[in-house]
Amino acid sequence: MLTRREFLKRMAGAAAVTAATALAPDITFARTFLAGEEGAPAAQDDIVWDKAPCRFCGVGCGLLIGVRNGRAVAVKGDPDSPVNKGLACVKGYHAILALYGKDRLTTAYVRRNGKLEPVPVQEALDIVAQKMKETIDQYGKDAVAIYGSGQWTIPDGYVAVKLFKGLIGTNNVEANARLCMASAVVGFLTAFGLDEPMGNYADIDHADVFVLWGNNMAEMHPVLFSRMLEQRRLRPHVKIVDIATRTTRTSVAADKAILMAPQSDLALANAICYEIVRNGWVNEEFVRKHVVFKKGKTNIGYGLEDNFTFKDELTDISFEEYVAYLQDYTPERVSAMSGVPVEEIKFLAALYGDPNKKVTTFWCMGVNQHVRGTWMNNLIYNIHLLTGKISEPGNSPFSLTGQPSACGTVREVGTLTQRLPGGPVTSEKARKQAAEIWNVPVEQIPDKPTYHTVEMFRALDRGEIRFMWIQVTNPMVTLPKLRRYRNGALKEGRFIVVSDAYFTPTTDVADVILPSAMWIEREGFFGNSERRTQHWNKMVEPPGEAMSDSWQLIEVARRLGYEKWFPWSEEEHVRAIWEEYRQFHANPKHNMAPYEELKRRPGVMWPFVNGKETLWRYNAKYDPVAAEKSKDFYFYGKPEGKAWLIFRPYEPPAEVPDEEYPFWLSTGRVLEHWHTGSMTRRIPVLHRSMPHAYVELHPDDARELGIRHGDLVRVVSRRGEIVLPAAVNFRGIPARGMVFVPFFDETMLINEVTLDAFCPLSKEPDYKKCAVRVERVSS
Amino acid sequence: MPVKSYLVYPVAGKADELARTLRAMPECELIPATNHRLFILITDTPDERAEKALERRLLDVPSIQCLALVAAYRDEEEEPC
Repeated sequence: MLTRREFLKRMAGAAAVTAATALAPDITFARTFLAGEEGAPAAQDDIVWDKAPCRFCGVGCGLLIGVRNGRAVAVKGDPDSPVNKGLACVKGYHAILALYGKDRLTTAYVRRNGKLEPVPVQEALDIVAQKMKETIDQYGKDAVAIYGSGQWTIPDGYVAVKLFKGLIGTNNVEANARLCMASAVVGFLTAFGLDEPMGNYADIDHADVFVLWGNNMAEMHPVLFSRMLEQRRLRPHVKIVDIATRTTRTSVAADKAILMAPQSDLALANAICYEIVRNGWVNEEFVRKHVVFKKGKTNIGYGLEDNFTFKDELTDISFEEYVAYLQDYTPERVSAMSGVPVEEIKFLAALYGDPNKKVTTFWCMGVNQHVRGTWMNNLIYNIHLLTGKISEPGNSPFSLTGQPSACGTVREVGTLTQRLPGGPVTSEKARKQAAEIWNVPVEQIPDKPTYHTVEMFRALDRGEIRFMWIQVTNPMVTLPKLRRYRNGALKEGRFIVVSDAYFTPTTDVADVILPSAMWIEREGFFGNSERRTQHWNKMVEPPGEAMSDSWQLIEVARRLGYEKWFPWSEEEHVRAIWEEYRQFHANPKHNMAPYEELKRRPGVMWPFVNGKETLWRYNAKYDPVAAEKSKDFYFYGKPEGKAWLIFRPYEPPAEVPDEEYPFWLSTGRVLEHWHTGSMTRRIPVLHRSMPHAYVELHPDDARELGIRHGDLVRVVSRRGEIVLPAAVNFRGIPARGMVFVPFFDETMLINEVTLDAFCPLSKEPDYKKCAVRVERVSS
Repeated sequence: MPVKSYLVYPVAGKADELARTLRAMPECELIPATNHRLFILITDTPDERAEKALERRLLDVPSIQCLALVAAYRDEEEEPC
């Protein structure tokens, strides 16, 4: 039996291993500290353990949480979880400490005469319901909106959709996953007709080559990165290639790091396809049987103006026409625009083109947060479709998510303006299904999308939206071109409700703040990047009057007269919601596991058919739906059963550096902090490790500007400016002419500077490219 | 009763000497990396005073090039220090 003290030593050791891995990803130690080793028992002393998925990224690591005397006191990686196999990263190991920040919200607040006053939660809920009703009566149902996130549990998102779309009758439902995953969604839908990856994390155990595209996995998905490095150790022929615009810890650990100019990824992907065709590496049988060729509209804009609209039109092209389009993307020409040497472009094409190599491509925000994010997703699929490297173990185009339930809640439940749980709002079939399950008239569910996220906050600024409820996200840190949207939220006649666990810059604009129960303080489900749904039990009581986001919504729904649609008790509502929700997906293409199965197991992948997970979709060996139609592959999301290879050209970004603003700005995350830092900055170990934001410069740029590491620097764009310390040869090194700023620090808001241009198809903003100038302020 | 973990970088050529020095301290547990010149050090002291005293001794070890605190726990409070 381990003593508690020995357990703490293991925790400290595990944190050190994680920190060391972040510094040197291939490092190994003579001893490990992971769960399940050295006979670690399931319970120490009086600690009771229970499973929960980590809530600090989209990987979905299984954790075991130790609870003693009603308080979470310990964390270890769940050795039974196929996601992380007992590993965890530094955020996971410290996750429980996010519950116990000293300034945790325990009561509601209402703004009166400009000041926030504490009030009982029930009184605050009365005010919220009354204000919603008044707003609908005065301005119409499309004047109220809800904005959630990929950290919403599945029940939270489901209740929000049912209340707003099914009962109030507005499609004003959005989530911050629009800011990180929307391009991936539209990429999947355009290419395959169905969302989410075909493969799963076991691809890591089979691939010979990993191509990481715009994806600093060493910091953003550290456990998956560790699994990849372990495969390289076990199978020395395995290679990792990093394609990025800055040198990161991922680049350092990779076998090959390729730096490209911002936005040139579009050309680079086409050049790879050009080389695959030129060298005869096309998998002709696969293409003939399973692929159709398309092209879409060009010169599609950037969404910078209010009320921007765009509708793509995809038309058929032949393989020969596709090849003709590729002629603009010779390696020589693309090398000149991307800065990637010709031989490296040919090297990449040869990796993909080698029929004896299994290739998995991982990508995330570099590809998605892009004014042509959907196009870039399409182009990665094009490479895999041309070579037939898809939907089988190790051959996998794999879009990773950033948030714990961006897939489970936002994409599967459909907490976006254009979605319902069973399909798009424009689909009569999806509306009828929702009307039947919810027992509402079908005409009550609106058939047109309203506002995507950026436009929703523009509508708040313009006054079309008068009431907005924000749950489990912090848009007053994360929205691009932030000043406009903060000023809009503060305008007279706007009413903002914020459900959160701590005060944030978003609660600063709130009229009502509701204290939220976090993570293991309530029962819930998340869905991760590999289609895995994970359940956890309530393990500890929330502090004070804090309440889950779904129960807050139910309380308000009942006050609005919708009791009959939310009849459940607090104890049973999560189970009841799950069983109601899974009716939407009751078909072999998306069937979800029953509640009891999820409660028992460390996550279950959908489609869950005849008691089995579907490991690789569209492949007849693994997917019963594909097996009904084909002996090998069947892309059943498209009517003809074939995947769509869509030619997409290079187009420039919305803003490029010039004489006045000569640097590219890219933004992102760091290992230690989750999103806007409202939780992880309250965890002392993580906060001390990365106490504030910084601006990374290339050492030569820094020298030319007379800037040294630690100097205060002003970063200025056409939208705004901030001052923060310079980082030279620190965490990452940007290419010359580029700076990078992490966005976790609410005291140094980089989104004062960024641009609200977005991909016209997905409506996802580009946080990776705008023009700034950099000035030294002081040493 | 603090428990702390550190990353410890040895001065070039002094890794063995550093390992001997730290292993001789009863409050210290040392775990070497097998493929990098880096150690994990876990310290276990009975109280804050002993912890401070150990910290001073560690800072005086000449074969340490860099000592970086990673995690710290106080047993009685179940919270990070």
